[in-house]
Amino acid sequence: MLWACILLPQLALDAVQRGRADPDTPLVLLSGPPQRRVLQAVNAAAAALGLRAGQALTSAQALAGNFTCVDHDPAAIEALEQLLAAWAYRFSSQVSLQYPRVLLLEVESSLGLFGPWPAFEARLRAELNALGFRQRIVLASNPVAARMLANCHDGLALDCPEQTRAALEQMPIERVGLPAEAASAFSRMGLRRLGQVMALPREALARRFAAAVQLHLDRLLGLRPMALSFYLPPDRFDLRLELNFDVESHQALLFPLRRLINDLTAFLAGRDSGVQRFTLHLEHAEGADTCVAVGLLAVERDPLMLFELARGRLEQLQLRAPVRNLRLQTEDLPAFVPQHRELFDPRPQQNQPWEQLRERLRARLGDTAVHSLSAQADHRPECAWRLDPAVRLAPMAPAALRPGWLLAEPQALPGVGVQLLTGAERIESGWWDGGDVRRDYYRVQTPTGLYAWAYRNLGEEGPLWLQGWFA
Amino acid sequence: MGAVVSLDGLLDQRRVWKGRPQVQAQGLQPSGHAALDRALPGGGWPPAALTEILLAAQGCGELHLLWPSLARLTANGERVVLVAPPFIPYAPAWQAAGVDLQWLTLIETAADEVLWAAEQCLRSGSCGAVLCWPHKADDRALRRLQVAAESGQTLAFALRPLQAAVNPSPAALRIAIDAQPAQWRVLKCRGGLAPSMPIACAGRG
Repeated sequence: MLWACILLPQLALDAVQRGRADPDTPLVLLSGPPQRRVLQAVNAAAAALGLRAGQALTSAQALAGNFTCVDHDPAAIEALEQLLAAWAYRFSSQVSLQYPRVLLLEVESSLGLFGPWPAFEARLRAELNALGFRQRIVLASNPVAARMLANCHDGLALDCPEQTRAALEQMPIERVGLPAEAASAFSRMGLRRLGQVMALPREALARRFAAAVQLHLDRLLGLRPMALSFYLPPDRFDLRLELNFDVESHQALLFPLRRLINDLTAFLAGRDSGVQRFTLHLEHAEGADTCVAVGLLAVERDPLMLFELARGRLEQLQLRAPVRNLRLQTEDLPAFVPQHRELFDPRPQQNQPWEQLRERLRARLGDTAVHSLSAQADHRPECAWRLDPAVRLAPMAPAALRPGWLLAEPQALPGVGVQLLTGAERIESGWWDGGDVRRDYYRVQTPTGLYAWAYRNLGEEGPLWLQGWFA
Repeated sequence: MGAVVSLDGLLDQRRVWKGRPQVQAQGLQPSGHAALDRALPGGGWPPAALTEILLAAQGCGELHLLWPSLARLTANGERVVLVAPPFIPYAPAWQAAGVDLQWLTLIETAADEVLWAAEQCLRSGSCGAVLCWPHKADDRALRRLQVAAESGQTLAFALRPLQAAVNPSPAALRIAIDAQPAQWRVLKCRGGLAPSMPIACAGRG
């Protein structure tokens, strides 16, 4: 088995920065008690101002004035690790979050689909960069070795135990994950490299050091297996993005929204499912959340399309208060069935399939704007058609000439100059469902030369009622 | 003066520009009415362009004009979209005219969204024809429809009252429908001279 270790060295900082549209403004993460706030991490722009991780906030403020402070939130980091595991689950069925800030993937069984490794690695890096995470990736023959080699290397690919062992021998003794006292004891003994330690006789090591040291060394070399707990994707998606500032316009919500949707699609791709409805919660400082429900007619997972739809719904919304946090929730994750496409598409320039167009129209015009039409077997004109039919009947043979346009409500037709073109056609039906109709229909020509379909109720005198146009 | 300048030389130097008749594909989108197809320069509707149909009154024969084309498109499995029609398309009659209703889509929308919806449908390229009834369409709006029809390679029809005929329009084809006598008048057709004689609507009345 081959194990890829993806180390996320700046996870906490990336987690904050990916939700913001301004990567170049100085940003620091704060941690520690309120009396003594300490800079946990700084971004490149803040480092250029002379800020360093580990500084006290007061001294940082003395050095530079304008930088953004964000509180370090371990819970958000944990949620993000889960998301990344869901993303990685797409590439391997064995994904482990054994170590903090690290994804361990068994990749040998995935190489047939995604491989060879250089291409696979490039894809992992490209997708992580798109998600907004910096990464170090190492491939080795066992998970512990991959994790420890990632401490010193990036892009290392070792595909057999001998190579792994050779690389491990060159590792400095402090960087291989040994207990701190053991590592310092080794270096005080003059053993700077792991290779020197491994050259020592086992019995002597076992006598001088705790059993954990030997166990760790054996695991590094793959002599003893390590039990890893593997990630199992959940059946729902719930991600929250803290904006850390009050947002009052839709425009400013679009960037975090795009992030959330991209995360959602990364999760969906891992589960090979799609989404049919999801809810956007706009959390306010006080009061209940504003919920935006987005429902689709078909299962989708294309990020661009989901973003367009969510944006369409969001733009119609009146924000009643500034938005603090954005949260995307969905319970409904049906299996995704890709669209059936012809190899030789008769319309090659088709840049948006009909399903997407329909969703787009519904998002802006309302859920009930787009209809299909069907004919029903009924003699009454108002019952002979239906919107959005559940079942489609086979075309019927036309009984008589019928108008192409039907008026929603019959209108009185002024009698002057109207010329009857045909004799009466009696339509008498509907006594069983209350919509009783007894009418004589005529094809008439109006003085302006239009052909109309008009009727008179049986036993009634008076004007004709216009019901349709023979257009 | 007096030096003889050869015409070929001028043309070779590109100092004189010569208009060439553009070769038009024939009969890509026949209207289904033989007399009309003969009169139109492309042998039918201008493909991937806007056609303006100017009506003497709503219901004066627009369906008679369009039904054969719609029937042909839906039979080929191409979608036909009606954006905000003024009346209900009466399904049995459309079916009798040969239109396959499963490819017919109706979009109900407010007056100010008609052009937006039509433009989206045209631009997507997933429809065979888009019919819209814009309430107020100025030159700019029609030009947008024309560009959208071009980029989506879709037939576009804008149905407007006859009063709009006096305004210039960017549409590739403008046809007026008269009710009395029942006839079509081609007001403008791109790529040829508009026939001066009206064309009688066959089979109407």
